[in-house]
Amino acid sequence: MLKKLAMGGIDWIDARIPMTDTWNKHLAQYPTPVNFNFWYFFGSLAMLVLVNQILTGIWLTMHYNPSAEGAFASIEYIMRDVPYGWLLRYMHSTGASAFFVVIYLHMFRGLIYGSYQKPRELIWIFGMLIFLVLMAEAFMGYLLPWGQMSFWGAQVIISLFGAIPVIGDDLTLWIRGDYVISGATLNRFFALHVVALPLALVALVFLHIVALHEVGSNNPDGVEIKQKKGSASEEAKGKFTFHKQYSGKKDIIDAIPFHPYFTVKDIMGVSAFLICFAAVIFFIPEGGGFFLEPPNFEAANGLKTPAHIAPVWYYTPYYAILRAIPDKLIGVVFFGGSIAILFLLPWLDRCKVKSIRYRSWIHKLNITQFIICFIVLGVLGALAATPLYTLIAQIASVGYFGFFIALFLYSKNEKTKPLPTRLTH
Amino acid sequence: MSNAPVNSGRRKFLTLTTGVVGGIGAAAVAVPFVKSWSPSEKAKAAGAPVSVDISKIQPGQLIRVEWRGKPVWVVSRTQKVIDELATLDSKLRDPQSAEPQQPEYVSKSGRSLKPDLFVAVGICTHLGCSPTYLPDSFGEQVEGVESGFFCPCHGSKFDMAGRVFQNVPAPLNLVIPPHYYVSDTTILIGLDKGDA
Repeated sequence: MLKKLAMGGIDWIDARIPMTDTWNKHLAQYPTPVNFNFWYFFGSLAMLVLVNQILTGIWLTMHYNPSAEGAFASIEYIMRDVPYGWLLRYMHSTGASAFFVVIYLHMFRGLIYGSYQKPRELIWIFGMLIFLVLMAEAFMGYLLPWGQMSFWGAQVIISLFGAIPVIGDDLTLWIRGDYVISGATLNRFFALHVVALPLALVALVFLHIVALHEVGSNNPDGVEIKQKKGSASEEAKGKFTFHKQYSGKKDIIDAIPFHPYFTVKDIMGVSAFLICFAAVIFFIPEGGGFFLEPPNFEAANGLKTPAHIAPVWYYTPYYAILRAIPDKLIGVVFFGGSIAILFLLPWLDRCKVKSIRYRSWIHKLNITQFIICFIVLGVLGALAATPLYTLIAQIASVGYFGFFIALFLYSKNEKTKPLPTRLTH
Repeated sequence: MSNAPVNSGRRKFLTLTTGVVGGIGAAAVAVPFVKSWSPSEKAKAAGAPVSVDISKIQPGQLIRVEWRGKPVWVVSRTQKVIDELATLDSKLRDPQSAEPQQPEYVSKSGRSLKPDLFVAVGICTHLGCSPTYLPDSFGEQVEGVESGFFCPCHGSKFDMAGRVFQNVPAPLNLVIPPHYYVSDTTILIGLDKGDA
């Protein structure tokens, strides 16, 4: 009786919006390659962290005061007086760092398995836009506590725009809304941080997934699971039913439905992630000075510069590139270029083979040196500059950009291994 | 329903003109959104000039005042410091102040109205930190130079006229704000003489 009533309800909805069809198309009958490994946890984890940021963010705005006079005190109020305010704030501040951890690992996955290659260029572009908006979101969020590092970090980054010839000074004035970083700057950053950028972020995540589901996931072998209709054996196609959107025009091989198989796998990933996440929140919420920097426990003071200004860890590789170049304008150009060049990755890699498993030793070496340079830059960007460190940062910057140049040169005629006809697992 | 034949030329013209008018409207709507980010009247008022009493300044002393929220230094330069300035040209990026970082009326090498009193915005031209005044211990930064300014952020160095040394990240000399002597003991910072 109850079941009949429920079925009737579902039919009633399905006649009005395509609920069941959407569920099947994107979950229960969505073909997912069987050989997903460890690296495939981070997409769903990024979504989880996004939800965490939005939820805790909404709750923090209920107690936060976005003004130069009240911001710092309201953070203290959240930490000391609001019931569980400390937990909500640590979930949000740790969540920001966790977001970049999972996004960097997610991007690394795309890099080694060639998930940016044709036909998945738009997925990569949307992903890079998400990364860009996320950096803006984190930067603006970091001003809101109105601590010393909030203030001086924003001062450094906004003055980067001053390096642009002719319009630079007027542009920085327009961004700040004052001759210095002030309450005007704080209020507009608050508006962008809590309304405008989250909207953009959610829209981009939606497009990222629409683009992904249109062409289907790549996998560690980089071999397509969609084959010409009628070409695959019954054994290869397996016993599962996939939505006609995918199986109508193509034969799907070596795939299983996303739900329940990968929802269960992702829940297992979520559990492991939450253990680490909770450990940080409860035992080292300041991340040893890397998630919340010590000078930020002092209120913003425009007349007193902290002895050492370092950005939060997730910006340090790019910051190290900026600092490595002794000319301001060229430094800013390379700083922007270090992000911009990632957008071009699908066209810089001209190899037809996607996965690192079947690519040349040159490619493996190139990715390895790139990751080493990226980490070295990340460490150096957090340290005070000395002549030796500057030299190392310059070498690592060459390695960073060299990755893309070398990739473009060797990928056209790369010596690759033969691809398997079926996924290996 | 009219059965008149479609005049596609007229239809195209109307579509185009409607589009243009709509586009101009959309651009006009953007104006308040863009303009609202400019400094408010309140912010502009807070950027008003500041007067500094220099009657009690000691030789070698630095007085820090706030103008438009930025630290402005008023430094008393001793004769020793003034003599040292003349010896530094080969170590500096822009010893004769070729870049427009100062008003026309200050001297080119000492970058001040009077040799013994130096006024500058105390913000590093690299990325906006405030350098530290090292009256006696600057020799650790640049050998053989007794006093100067050292930026703790990225290691930029400036001499006692705010001129930047070579091989540091800061590209330009420190900014000299518009200022003039109202009397022998008072400086007004933020206005050129005659603007008041």
